[in-house]
Amino acid sequence: MSSVQIRDVRKSFGNFEVLHGVSIPIEDGQFVVLVGPSGCGKSTLLRMLAGLENITSGTISIGDRVVNNVQPKERDIAMVFQNYALYPHMTVAENMGFSLKLRNAGSDEINKRVKRAAEILALSPLLDRYPRQLSGGQRQRVAMGRAIVRDPQVFLFDEPLSNLDAKLRVAMRTEIKELHQRLKTTTVYVTHDQIEAMTMADKIVVMHDGIVEQMGTPLELYDKPENQFVAGFIGSPAMNFLKGHVRVNGVATFEGPNGVKLPLKSAPAGSDGKPAVYGVRPEHFTIADDGAEAEIVVVEPTGSETQVFAKVGGEQVVAVFRERHQFNPGDKVRLKPDPALVHLFDEATGKRM
Amino acid sequence: MAVIAEPVAAQIKRSSLWTRAFESRNFLGAMFMVPAIAILILFLAYPLALGFWLGMTDTKIGGVGRFIGFQNFVSLSKDSVFWLSVFNTIFYTVFASIVKFAVGLYLALLLNERLPFKSMVRAIVLLPFVVPTVLSAIAFWWIYDSQFSIISWVLIKAGLLTHYIDFLGDPWNARWSVVLANIWRGVPFVAITLLAGLQTISPSLYEAANLDGATNMQRFRHITLPMLSPIIAVVMTFSVLMTFTDFQLIYTITRGGPINATHLMATLSFQRAITGGNLGEGAAISNAMIPFLVAAILLSFFGLQRSRWQQGGRD
Repeated sequence: MSSVQIRDVRKSFGNFEVLHGVSIPIEDGQFVVLVGPSGCGKSTLLRMLAGLENITSGTISIGDRVVNNVQPKERDIAMVFQNYALYPHMTVAENMGFSLKLRNAGSDEINKRVKRAAEILALSPLLDRYPRQLSGGQRQRVAMGRAIVRDPQVFLFDEPLSNLDAKLRVAMRTEIKELHQRLKTTTVYVTHDQIEAMTMADKIVVMHDGIVEQMGTPLELYDKPENQFVAGFIGSPAMNFLKGHVRVNGVATFEGPNGVKLPLKSAPAGSDGKPAVYGVRPEHFTIADDGAEAEIVVVEPTGSETQVFAKVGGEQVVAVFRERHQFNPGDKVRLKPDPALVHLFDEATGKRM
Repeated sequence: MAVIAEPVAAQIKRSSLWTRAFESRNFLGAMFMVPAIAILILFLAYPLALGFWLGMTDTKIGGVGRFIGFQNFVSLSKDSVFWLSVFNTIFYTVFASIVKFAVGLYLALLLNERLPFKSMVRAIVLLPFVVPTVLSAIAFWWIYDSQFSIISWVLIKAGLLTHYIDFLGDPWNARWSVVLANIWRGVPFVAITLLAGLQTISPSLYEAANLDGATNMQRFRHITLPMLSPIIAVVMTFSVLMTFTDFQLIYTITRGGPINATHLMATLSFQRAITGGNLGEGAAISNAMIPFLVAAILLSFFGLQRSRWQQGGRD
């Protein structure tokens, strides 16, 4: 186990720069998730950490050692690939023991460690099978087994759950988190799925277009997104955004589309009359007499909660209620955002106000 | 339901025998197979059977043969030229195939790397394959000529030799010379096929092996070779069969000479049957190739059987 430091790392393919100076400190034993839409450079960063891509500038260190020019096999890291990259001509046991075999470990040692990893991952009955004879979830576990057999300094996961069906994905999510709690190995995990990031991470790094938008604990990102991108990316259903102006006239309010009035707890100094974006999460709406007028468009019950799509000032918003309101399309209701939980963003820069 | 079913049943009863035949799966299936079966019988089964029959007769060109049983084979077994041609064929096949495989695999690995002018290099590698065999054989004939050989000329100009090499006049020189020509001709097929095989191997396997600590040699030994083995089995079967039955190169360059030193079974068969007029004996020589070919096919059949890791789903 060791810490990882990524300092001002840049990556160019020819003249095209895909990472524009990324710095991420990762503490020993931390579970860090790199999340972002496709093309944001998260996988490239992971591959640079693994040594599969060159670093154009900046430094990456594992422990105290700068690894920019260290061969992948000497970095003491293990990676789980999106397609698992299992060796099809080797049995599960051979797949898991391959790295040890290459290091000339004795067959007793290999057997012992493969057996231990197989027990952790419930793979013991499958050790003599070939990858083709395994289900998707089993292959995924073999790929993880191959990583943990080596007992590396750092685990890298490159979108490991994206080839699994929804149910299995949830189960494997828990399994990976459990595994990390048990082994406490520093882990860097890449995904485009914010739910995976929220549920698994100690620290989330939100990336977008080759830069880090924000990093922090899952709840920090949820409660205090630093900009509109992070606000819209974290949380499901996504945060509602309404354009308008801040009005300070004794009490601070937000004048939304078509003059609709929305409550603010307080307005930042000197923001009177400024164009801004009002952000409110679907779960922070309540039905109240002093709420903004809204017309229900669609009602989607999911059982535990109900998603309601409604028009506020002509703009569509989504609200989520745990209570079972009896709504029908066309109904007029009054939706009130919780003023303590709304977010204001600068319309021009997208930064939190 | 019954109301609808009745008129349909009546309609089928009324339709003609012809229509009903064409609505039957079995009849229609048989009809579709007729052209293929006709072609196979006419161009494969009949010539093969005729060859077998001729091998059992003493037919000469222009004459009608008599059935003589295995007499042709008995006389061939005492014929030193026939045994020499068997030796030559095996020698030619073994050496040419081994070198074609080695050079072809080397080229395939090279072409699979990032190379400047990659597509041009690939096109050049394919060249020997697209030149008609007889044309390249004639080129080799000149290269091996006792007076005009470019190899001898270069070596003499370079001061490495004092006299011209007699490539095609000496039995062993001639054998190696035709083997070399066959290798030149056969390498592209092996190289391009193996290259296609290499490109089906997922790059992430090499990345995983790299992270697992494999050196280049170990990656080749533990990933490339096992993953390529099914393709190697196919390509080497084809290569062995084509080399064993080769005719054009030998016939163009040496015609089996000098003193039968390069006669393959195919060229000897042609010489005895067509040039010499003894159709029966020539056919017998051709038939004698069959056990060797069947052995090669069986070998590759068992080699080609999908190994356990290639089979899906079952326990």
